Amino acid sequence: MARIKTLQELFRRYRRPGDIVFAVLFLAFALFLLTQLTGETVWAKRTKWFAQPRFWPAVAVIGMVVFAGLHFIGSLCSERIPGRWREVGFWLTSLEYVFYFLIYVVLVPQIGYLPATLAFTIFLTIRVGEATKVNLAAAVGFSIAVVVIFRAFLQVKIPAGHIYEVLPDGIRAFALTYL
Amino acid sequence: MDILLSSLAMLAQWQVLLALLIGSIGGVIIGAIPGVGAAVAIAILLPATFAFEPIVGLTLLLGVYGSSMYGGAIPAVLINTPGTAVNALTTYDGYPMTKKGQGHRALSLAYSASFFGGIFSILCLIVLSPLLAMIAPHFGSREIFLAALMGIILVVVAHRGQVFAAGMLACFGILLSTIGLEPAKYTKRFTFDQSWLTSGVDLIVVVLGLFAISQALLLLVDKEHHPGEAKVEGNLFAGLKELLAFKRVAFVSSSFGVLMGMIPGVGEFTAQFLSYTYAQKTSKTPDLFGKGAPEGLIASEAANNAVPGAAMIPLLALGIPGEALTAMMLSVFYVHNVVPGPQLFQGQLDFVIALYLALILLNLIVLAFLLSSTGLLLKIIQIPTRFLGMMILTLSFVGVFSLRNSVTDCALAAGFGVFGLVLKRLNLPIVPIILGMVLGGIMEVKLRTAMARVKSPLDFIDRPIAAFLFVMILLILVLHVRTVIREQKARRVRELTEAASDTSTQQG
Repeated sequence: MARIKTLQELFRRYRRPGDIVFAVLFLAFALFLLTQLTGETVWAKRTKWFAQPRFWPAVAVIGMVVFAGLHFIGSLCSERIPGRWREVGFWLTSLEYVFYFLIYVVLVPQIGYLPATLAFTIFLTIRVGEATKVNLAAAVGFSIAVVVIFRAFLQVKIPAGHIYEVLPDGIRAFALTYL
Repeated sequence: MDILLSSLAMLAQWQVLLALLIGSIGGVIIGAIPGVGAAVAIAILLPATFAFEPIVGLTLLLGVYGSSMYGGAIPAVLINTPGTAVNALTTYDGYPMTKKGQGHRALSLAYSASFFGGIFSILCLIVLSPLLAMIAPHFGSREIFLAALMGIILVVVAHRGQVFAAGMLACFGILLSTIGLEPAKYTKRFTFDQSWLTSGVDLIVVVLGLFAISQALLLLVDKEHHPGEAKVEGNLFAGLKELLAFKRVAFVSSSFGVLMGMIPGVGEFTAQFLSYTYAQKTSKTPDLFGKGAPEGLIASEAANNAVPGAAMIPLLALGIPGEALTAMMLSVFYVHNVVPGPQLFQGQLDFVIALYLALILLNLIVLAFLLSSTGLLLKIIQIPTRFLGMMILTLSFVGVFSLRNSVTDCALAAGFGVFGLVLKRLNLPIVPIILGMVLGGIMEVKLRTAMARVKSPLDFIDRPIAAFLFVMILLILVLHVRTVIREQKARRVRELTEAASDTSTQQG
């Protein structure tokens, strides 16, 4: 009994709300990868262990399982702070912004970098409740600055919008190159 | 002399000087804004630098890296909010000094100490260079493998109280480096028959997701936080003179910064902790620490600013990054086919010296900028945090999408963003993933090369440097176990004492 108590003390640490949910999910993920190890990697014939394609994935996955198991035990042994599901709710709330981000990613090649960035920044400024005149103007200024710096000045590889094709000749060439 | 002239010519290009100016000033501004930090900025800028010459790209990133901690001291001192994580210790003594009406003195001392730490580490780098050039060629595959292994072990054990989490995340990083088509036998690993996984998981996608997108999501979802109003009046130059009175603390703290910066996986926090403890123990007024002690402020700032220069040592000499930021810089080297490591010191010494000179210039630019523009920076840090989140998310897009115009990359980065947000909320470390990914790849290649020339296991450590590294690894593990046992015993004694005092109080 005393030994078990000592072991518990050894694993005890500070844990935040939601810690055990993450510990369980990560351990499950690691165990899933372990079950897939033989199917997803190859053990080559006439090849020494250090050159085996499976060697490093095996080291990584086994390490993940062992450490994730110990992390889970640590979570079990540590004092719980209430608020687990509220914390999980916080994590999931972030998916809303991931969704907006992905819409922005899809829109850029369609409507062009500048229009998509303007729409994205103005929408987000309104969505997060910061839609004052100053902030909206700042969002517009920021969008233009980003496009000018990265696309026009640094020539970063971002495709021109399909919509630019329908613009009049003079503007079209400019938009395709700089906006 | 020819090499020095060649380095100066390299540095004198307008693109390099412009990159240095933008990087330095941009880094100070980024560091001063709580919630951004150098990692986010470097992650966003990284793909843009691939189009530049290596010296231009690296100078830009170095500028951001080396100057962000200077800027981070401003909100730490004036509004009790560290601009970057490593400025947290600066709040202990900086903010109490502000409350006493000595804000300008605290800032001036912070700038001066940072400048001293920065210059000191570059001088160490220059002095150590001939030694490095001499030792570096003796680093073969097995030595680099052992050094990378030591880096992984150090980054795991350095996370006190989170060793298991750091271990599992480092292993996750190693796994990420193995995904896709492996280069020796051309077999697929963990691709689940998905074509988008065949080319592997790009380091930049992971870095941008874990550092930039996660931070953007955190700022967007979390409550709005308006930094407090602050203003500073008085002479900011006085700190340079005052620092002379505390030169011993500045020197020892910078030395800790250099030592800890050179060791992969350790970094600023340990350097600061050691420096602060030293400054307190040797101070004539130890009770003042935490209540506005100038030595405490100097210890914190000199130590953390000495790290960036020193962190370049393992990167340049061995090609081994010590922490996440130098890991990102490593990718700039690879993109341009400049392989950091022993060959760099032999074949491209002018490039290395140009980087040193750029670091010195960076510190001078930053000091001049800060002494003249602190008032302007105080206005910039008032940006609403949610608005800042929107800005980071918009900039993250450029970083990911410009890599190969892939929507899948963006989705993957967003996935890592959510993962990074969870880790940040749980206070779990992100750096082990990045180091696992970078060092995992290095270990795989180097072990394969090294073992091909080894007949028995003992041959692996029969060279002096390999044997030294092997002994170091064993020593680190033994010391870690001993520390855990000691801490455990101390905790039990403390709990027993508390229980005994509770019982006596109840009885009494």
